[in-house]
Amino acid sequence: MVENVTADHIVLAMFVIIGAIFVPLTLTASRLLAPSKPDERKLDTYECGSEPIGPPWVQFRVGYYVYALLFVVFDIETVFLYPWAVAFDRMGVFVLVEMIIFIGILAAGLAYAWKEGALRWR
Amino acid sequence: MSVFAISALKVAAALGLMLANGVIMIYMLRKVLGHLHIRLGPMHVGWKGTLQTVMDVLKLLTKEDITPRAVDRWLFRLAPAVVFVPSLMAYAALPFSDTWRVTDLDTGLLYTFTALSLVPIGILMAGWASANKWSLLGGMRAAAQQIAYEVPLLLSVLPIVMLVGSTNLGTIVEAQQGTLLGVVPRWFIMNPLFWPTFLIFVVAALVETNQTPFDLSEGESEIVAGFATEYSAMKFGLLFLSEFSNQFIVSALGVTLFFGGWTLPWLPHSWYAAVPILGPAIFITKTYLGIFIMMWIRGTFPRVRIDQVMQLGWQRLIPVSLVWIVFSGIVIKVWS
Repeated sequence: MVENVTADHIVLAMFVIIGAIFVPLTLTASRLLAPSKPDERKLDTYECGSEPIGPPWVQFRVGYYVYALLFVVFDIETVFLYPWAVAFDRMGVFVLVEMIIFIGILAAGLAYAWKEGALRWR
Repeated sequence: MSVFAISALKVAAALGLMLANGVIMIYMLRKVLGHLHIRLGPMHVGWKGTLQTVMDVLKLLTKEDITPRAVDRWLFRLAPAVVFVPSLMAYAALPFSDTWRVTDLDTGLLYTFTALSLVPIGILMAGWASANKWSLLGGMRAAAQQIAYEVPLLLSVLPIVMLVGSTNLGTIVEAQQGTLLGVVPRWFIMNPLFWPTFLIFVVAALVETNQTPFDLSEGESEIVAGFATEYSAMKFGLLFLSEFSNQFIVSALGVTLFFGGWTLPWLPHSWYAAVPILGPAIFITKTYLGIFIMMWIRGTFPRVRIDQVMQLGWQRLIPVSLVWIVFSGIVIKVWS
């Protein structure tokens, strides 16, 4: 495992580490430089001046959930398509036919979701 | 020098570029929008207002950081980092020239898309943690938009991967060398097979970066500032820095995929080796031209509605890009 780590991996890890350090660093700098005078009104939830009515975490409708399900299906499909596309020019016509069948099945799924009204924003 | 020190320097360079992009692009946005509205934009601080955004960054740094009472404190603090880090990571695979790049990833295209698709998690987090109805609406819209357009974005560039046979961004640029008939560049944008690809890419990229006409997650005339409503001072600054940086990233991706990256076809190949700065200069100029067009769109088109956005994504762009993958597969096979 360890011997497969290359310079690329180290750089990519460094991006996460340095990014994760930079954010608290700027926020600390801001905390040191900025004044802090909180008061009752200032810490209120901002709703354009009126008093907030009801809890902020309201229930969201289930429509989002259907989109998320569809998204998972199609995102996985896309991930499957990428290796195929990379190898595409090195392989024969058979691979193309196979992939047309694969896309066809997914297109049928999309058409079904469409017909059932899952793609309609309500 | 150890590999760690070199890596740290590379990341620092990327971070520097990201910060510089933020400052330059905000100034540019104000100037471009100003002139589109037939006014001047910032004029007072520095020559023609050039120091305006530098001063604004300093101002943000010294502003009071308000954390409203109702927020979920830890998520509220974490969200700017979750937005910022992937945005910085996206610089790792960009090919500024054949030698100027942080890493030479074989999966560069997928890596960049991955980094970009992490950003909305942070936006959703910001929207939820703010305990504000505007923020919640903005965050939810961002999530819905993101998942609707990530699929067409990934699918749209698939024909290019099929033709080139690689997701290495450098290899994709190298596949666009030379000219047709001595004048027309052999960029992928000149290939009619990739015209629908380009259109889908542009629309999906605008949605992914929350650009007008698809800036529903922060639409200021509807939901104040969307997910950023409760953010102030440097937290707000970081959120917006990432947003501008993402705009740079998608523009750079567009340049790499369709406009020949760091190369101009009319220049002899030896020039790039002789003047190392030439490649990055061409790349960044092209990227900023792309950004200018995005700002032009921003100053021209009205915002669309959320149901229209979702409909366009799921019912138009995904079917069209699926059909186009099959069609270009057949064309590429028949051709070769």
